[in-house]
Amino acid sequence: MPEKRQFKNAVIMNNIEKYFGNVAALNGVNFEVGVNEVVGLIGDNGAGKSTLIKIITGVFPPTKGELYIRDKKILLKDYNVKQAYKLGIEAVYQDKSLGEKQDLWRNFFIGRQMTNRLGFIRVREEKEMAKKIMFDIIGFRGAGITAESKANKLSGGERQGIAIGRAMYFDADLIVLDEPTSALSLKEVHKVLDFVRKIKDSGRACVYISHILSDVYEISDKFVVLDRGKVVSTIKKTEVTLQKLNEFLLKYAHEK
Amino acid sequence: MKNIKQIITELAKIESLPIILVYLVLMGVFIITAPKVFTSYRIYMSFLQTVPPLLILALGLTLIITAGEMDLSFSAIIAFSGFIFCFIFRTFGTPWLAFILALLSGALVGYINGLLVAKVGVPSIMATLAAQFFWNGLTILLSRGLSWNIKEIRPYFIHTLFVGRIGGIVPAQSLWGVGVAVFLWFILNRHTFGEHILFIGDNVDVARVMGVNVIATKIKLFVFMGVISAFAAILLTLEMINFWTTQGAGLLLPTIAAVFIGGTSIAGGYGTVIGSFFGAYIVGSLEAGVVASGIGGYWTRLVTGLVMGSSVALNIILHKEKGKGLGEKLKESVFLKGLYEIKNK
Repeated sequence: MPEKRQFKNAVIMNNIEKYFGNVAALNGVNFEVGVNEVVGLIGDNGAGKSTLIKIITGVFPPTKGELYIRDKKILLKDYNVKQAYKLGIEAVYQDKSLGEKQDLWRNFFIGRQMTNRLGFIRVREEKEMAKKIMFDIIGFRGAGITAESKANKLSGGERQGIAIGRAMYFDADLIVLDEPTSALSLKEVHKVLDFVRKIKDSGRACVYISHILSDVYEISDKFVVLDRGKVVSTIKKTEVTLQKLNEFLLKYAHEK
Repeated sequence: MKNIKQIITELAKIESLPIILVYLVLMGVFIITAPKVFTSYRIYMSFLQTVPPLLILALGLTLIITAGEMDLSFSAIIAFSGFIFCFIFRTFGTPWLAFILALLSGALVGYINGLLVAKVGVPSIMATLAAQFFWNGLTILLSRGLSWNIKEIRPYFIHTLFVGRIGGIVPAQSLWGVGVAVFLWFILNRHTFGEHILFIGDNVDVARVMGVNVIATKIKLFVFMGVISAFAAILLTLEMINFWTTQGAGLLLPTIAAVFIGGTSIAGGYGTVIGSFFGAYIVGSLEAGVVASGIGGYWTRLVTGLVMGSSVALNIILHKEKGKGLGEKLKESVFLKGLYEIKNK
């Protein structure tokens, strides 16, 4: 099943700093994701979670620090979203995953279309592959939904499923999920959590951001707590119960 | 019952069917109200002669609006590139050099628009409005406000190729219009460039995180629009054998109307080349139709307004998305966004 991945860590961040103007969003962050590890990234609003993952996914570069992917040091000035794709890093965002008015097959391949030499899209191949991703990779069972449906016909959970399926198809080593369950009904949340388990079962790594602690606890192997741009704690799941974790986090919430 | 429903869902899949029907109904009405004019082939030949510049502009603008942007400068390109074409031809006597430089002049205007919009971040409605004034002004300055006749171009092949009469009847520019439409349909619906336009118009953040180079795509798009506008300018100038400084001024609003009548979404993310094609022919046929029907030329604008209003309403009713009302669509509209930004400055 899962092919062998020839590295120890999907990502290592060493002393990463990120400034927006004079404001420090991240201040000396050290962060590690193992090859088949699900890391729950938690922290209050404004703690720097989104900034951290946008550095990993190449949306913007850090101001300072070192980034290692597949155990290799990254040249930060050449690092961008396309480069991140090549290194097997994919992201699924809360509300930025799919183009609402576009067909699902377009949503699977946007930015990485199958084309001929002139840049024209091989529509039939993309549609075929989109079907395969929907039914084989993510076991999609949405009623009446096909590869030619528009994204806005899908429920919130189904959308995240499509985005996760896309990431798995492109053979990501690491899939970053940014608040994939906020604004979803309970049933939909469970669908998404099942998709995350598929990521783990297929030998991939995952960074999962959510402020719904019970979800994070359920699926993560390790928790990293961010507060005001700093990592304040890294805890293994085996070392803590959900209740303890909750109490621990409340402590940081109170300080504000 | 079920069969009828199935037929309707199948029909709804045909791109822009409603607007094609509107066009046919309109022609039907004209055939009834002005049978003498509208049963003769001449009126249709005259449409095929006059509509193509408007049509080609509308096709280009479709891509711009699909990307969630606006262009108000194409009417100035009609004047500017038309002037360049005449000037080069009159100075050097080489029509193909004039053709290439005219297209390049359109590309230049588009490139500057693109830089302002994509790099500097000026809302496109403002950047291109400024461009309209600037390039129109420059054209008046360079031409000293005069119109230029180029009847010497008639014997050249370029004249026959672009605006000759095929078989002595069909204006060649109508085929160029169809050609541009087919080309742009494939660009928008089958090319990566078009798909990037669709996603940028739909949700620019999605496009960015999926690795679309938003800045480069927008610059390319405005350059593309500039070249297309320059091509329309050349067709118009060749057909009229003349350049005048205000050529294009009358094309601005009809072109925008044609795109919206066609059903392209003002909110971005959806555009229809086929719709704009028929939208342009509707707008271009209305005046002649209204006049020929005998209700008088004074009614033309009023009827255009009615047709545009009802077509846009029809499109919104037909394409109403889940949980998304007219109010939200308007909130996303490029015009209101532009006005809002103007208000905030």
